[in-house]
Amino acid sequence: MNWINPILILLTAFIAVFLEAAFGGIRNLLGAQIDLLPALMVYASLSSGFAMVIVLALLGGFWFDSLSANPLGISVLPLLLVGILIYARRGLILREQRFAQLVLGFGASAVTPALTILLLLSTRQAPILGWGTLWQWLVMTLGGGLLTPVCFRLFDGLNHALSYRPISETSFRPDREIRRSRK
Amino acid sequence: MFKRPHYIAIGLAGLLTLVVLNLPNHTANQIKLAIGSLFLPLFGLAKTSHQVADKAGDLILPRSELIRQNDELRQTNQQLQIRSLQADALMKENDRLRQQIGWQTGWQKQKPWKLKPASVLLRDPANWWQTIEIDLGSRDGMKPDMAVMTTNGLIGKIISVRLASSQVALVGNPNCKVAVMIEKTRETGVISGAASPLDHTLLRLTFLSSNSSLKPGQSVVTSGIGGIFPKDLPVGQVAEDSRPVEFGLYTEARVKLGANLNTLEQVWVLTP
Repeated sequence: MNWINPILILLTAFIAVFLEAAFGGIRNLLGAQIDLLPALMVYASLSSGFAMVIVLALLGGFWFDSLSANPLGISVLPLLLVGILIYARRGLILREQRFAQLVLGFGASAVTPALTILLLLSTRQAPILGWGTLWQWLVMTLGGGLLTPVCFRLFDGLNHALSYRPISETSFRPDREIRRSRK
Repeated sequence: MFKRPHYIAIGLAGLLTLVVLNLPNHTANQIKLAIGSLFLPLFGLAKTSHQVADKAGDLILPRSELIRQNDELRQTNQQLQIRSLQADALMKENDRLRQQIGWQTGWQKQKPWKLKPASVLLRDPANWWQTIEIDLGSRDGMKPDMAVMTTNGLIGKIISVRLASSQVALVGNPNCKVAVMIEKTRETGVISGAASPLDHTLLRLTFLSSNSSLKPGQSVVTSGIGGIFPKDLPVGQVAEDSRPVEFGLYTEARVKLGANLNTLEQVWVLTP
């Protein structure tokens, strides 16, 4: 089994959560922080096995919540739902197409924060909400969507560079070579 | 579409999440702290890289600029020492006057603040909360509910403590309500949340008496009611005229926080 891809995805998720918390450049500029986990979930559900979808949702969600004031586990369910939905239809999705990646990225990045807020409200939490939340949601959707094709490109490139690939055999066989000679 | 093992995996993941979500607060916080501790090496790395960048910046600073800054700091230091002497004298005078009029009970006496400097490690990755993480933890004597401020005023209180770091709920976060008063008129109210999710320095000041009329520019300080924040900590200024709400039951206004929450790097924790 090729372990490089799952390890890379989980490592990226871990670093992404930390960077979202540690660097506030985009937050200061646009008023909202972009979340990379939905984009990673799109990649994982189209490129890895089902176990990876589950593990990414669990670990990514728990990591995110551990650095946030969110109740622990609240981010897991939206990520899991997005991952399962995409995985269920992965046979019909043209994963190589940039447009498909972009649309899925937009969808996942829009659904994940919306579901998280709904869950927070249903658990009687009081997140800071207002008209400005719509702007934040838009920034998260656009940012996450635009980062999805970047994720695909990055991981495909890394896989290409780091993974074992079987050597393709040519159809040439020396014993069946037609020998041409002048009489 | 899905096979049996898939359904089992989904069920187990959902069940685990629901169990974690329904854990008692204390247990959930302990698990949260344990998971958050995984990021400690990255905290250290980020802090070191900041320090290296700062040192690199210091190296390229010209000597003349350093001498100018040093002179400025020396002057400021001398001014502050004189002010400190004056404040000490005023405090002694205040104590003497208190004794003369018979106010000797401890709770009425204003104690000098003890401050511990802290650096901001990270901010809440979720956009719907206002929290930061600072580099002081239980080993430094941090405890929940300690007030945190900058030189521009109050910014929040500690809500959870790890070994080497603490989480601070900023003013405007629903978990950090602040009892305040208008410095001149002594009218009391409660800062109960951010007025807008985009501008975190604009706060809602509620539960003012129905006949209060606030004007922009009036200073807002902590009232000391509730016992979490000491009295007279500067908070900010009234940003707009007050208006009645809830059919005139009470008045509400907006307050502009003195500290800029977007550029927090160095903060001070008030210790008892």
